[in-house]
Amino acid sequence: MILGIDTSLGTSVAIIDDDGVIRAQADSTDPLGHAEVVGTLLQQVCAEVPESDELTCVAAGMGPGLFTGLRIGIAAARAFALGRGIPVVSVVSHDAIALETLLHDALTQTTDATRFAVVTDARRREDAYSVYDGLDDDGLPVRVTGPALAPRDEIDEVLAGLGARRHDARTASAAMLALVAARARAAGREIGPRDALYLRSPDVAVPSAPKRVAS
Amino acid sequence: MREPLVLGIETSCDETGIGIVRGRTLLSNTISSSMEQHARYGGVIPEVAARAHLEALQPAIETALAEAGSALGLDGPLPLADLDAVAVTSGPGLAGALMVGVGAAKALAVSLGTPLYAVNHLVGHIAADVLTGDRIEYPTVALLVSGGHTSLLLVRDLTTDVELLGETMDDAAGEAFDKVARILGLPYPGGPEIDRAAASGDATAIRFPRGLSRASDMAAHRYDFSFSGLKTAVARWIEQREAAGEPVPVADVAASFRDAVVDVLVTKALDACARFGVPRLLLGGGVIANRRLREVALERAAAAGVAVRIPPLSLCTDNGAMIAALAAQLITSGRAPSTLAFGADSTLPVTEIQVAGQDAGAAA
Ligand SMILES: [Zn+2]
Repeated sequence: MILGIDTSLGTSVAIIDDDGVIRAQADSTDPLGHAEVVGTLLQQVCAEVPESDELTCVAAGMGPGLFTGLRIGIAAARAFALGRGIPVVSVVSHDAIALETLLHDALTQTTDATRFAVVTDARRREDAYSVYDGLDDDGLPVRVTGPALAPRDEIDEVLAGLGARRHDARTASAAMLALVAARARAAGREIGPRDALYLRSPDVAVPSAPKRVAS
Repeated sequence: MREPLVLGIETSCDETGIGIVRGRTLLSNTISSSMEQHARYGGVIPEVAARAHLEALQPAIETALAEAGSALGLDGPLPLADLDAVAVTSGPGLAGALMVGVGAAKALAVSLGTPLYAVNHLVGHIAADVLTGDRIEYPTVALLVSGGHTSLLLVRDLTTDVELLGETMDDAAGEAFDKVARILGLPYPGGPEIDRAAASGDATAIRFPRGLSRASDMAAHRYDFSFSGLKTAVARWIEQREAAGEPVPVADVAASFRDAVVDVLVTKALDACARFGVPRLLLGGGVIANRRLREVALERAAAAGVAVRIPPLSLCTDNGAMIAALAAQLITSGRAPSTLAFGADSTLPVTEIQVAGQDAGAAA
């Protein structure tokens, strides 16, 4: 049984069985307020699953996402895992969105183009994107490019160059995140980054020499 | 009743602090600082601090558990399952930094099924004193001075009654040290550098202004502080020297500046003691490391018949042990845990000692 936590967009928490059955899921789509809701959502999913003391790992959504919110979920995932003495599985949040898209497309047979890009808001007139091309033999989305940043008014051109259809996302599902983790673990693969996917250095200017005060 | 075993998480500024206490007994005080990463900016950069907290938290908790295990004579680290409660700083502080600790603390509490206490950072500084062994007496005036805050408090009871008498209107005292150090071409953090430079200086060489200390300030700002005017005065004084082609006596400037800060801090603190008839003064915050501040406070308090308490420096700087100690006091006094709905409050008033206490309803 796997607990998933993702705060790259809204706040999403879920528990799934190892075979992917969703046991509990709780979400807040508020793009802010992650710190306020994350504890209540965790408590809620744990209460809904009587065997939640049998969790084997925690899947952490590593972004990309807006820094302040993203960190809260990663901190929560690591602390929860520490409390239970179980490992953290780091997952690129875009991978969870891609898996959901691929599973949805497979069910509805709605798409002919396999190559698509998950696109999320990165603020400062930029988007974050990752390009995917189907599922591999382990059932994991094949990420061919990204995650990376592109200026908002250039992203369509960038994606056209990569031959990828655009898929905008405003939410990432913790259940899908946990499913990515389950499939990666079953295949014995480490797929996620160790550190948060900020994609930007802390945006600071080194102060110049002190300003003169007298004219 | 067995004294509560509490783990405290503090991430309000640039120190990731994890503390473990049993009641009034300190078992671990683990601090991981990102100060070096801020040095080239000359001040704390919130995004840099928040990133560092995320990376430091887990190793700091593990270190704290190992230390607490050995303090308790256990074979290995203290098992997290033994904790009676988790405590965390809800504010005041840097919002993005606070949120890392809040997210971790909530998840840890839910994971362990333990109660969670969300507490006030400034009151935590006062609570550090309960770990020093002898009992703190109330009421006491408390002067908290750091790079993030400069506050004068009247504490009638640690868990129920803390009043803000005054605070800085602009820069914190520690910030003023950092800024003046930069003006003097000294590295960050400024406090120890100014101290070093001032050692050979004449503190009476230059009369720098004492902020908010005029008779006209006494009505509205008797216990408030202001250091930005002092910083400007130092910069202007140096520019005038340079314009006149004269060398800048760095030692004298540092000593005179430092005395202006120390004078105003100690004068206002002792004024509060006198006005409220409280013969006790508690010092806290990282700037208490400043030897001159401690000397002047002890000297002038003794003359005024005021007893001064200064916790060990490791408990004066931001740390998780003080947060755990405050929660332990709240638990001992029978307070219910916080609900899980609180957030980070960068401007949390000092009167809110515990955030989202259940008796206060879901006030988060
Ligand atoms: Zn502090």
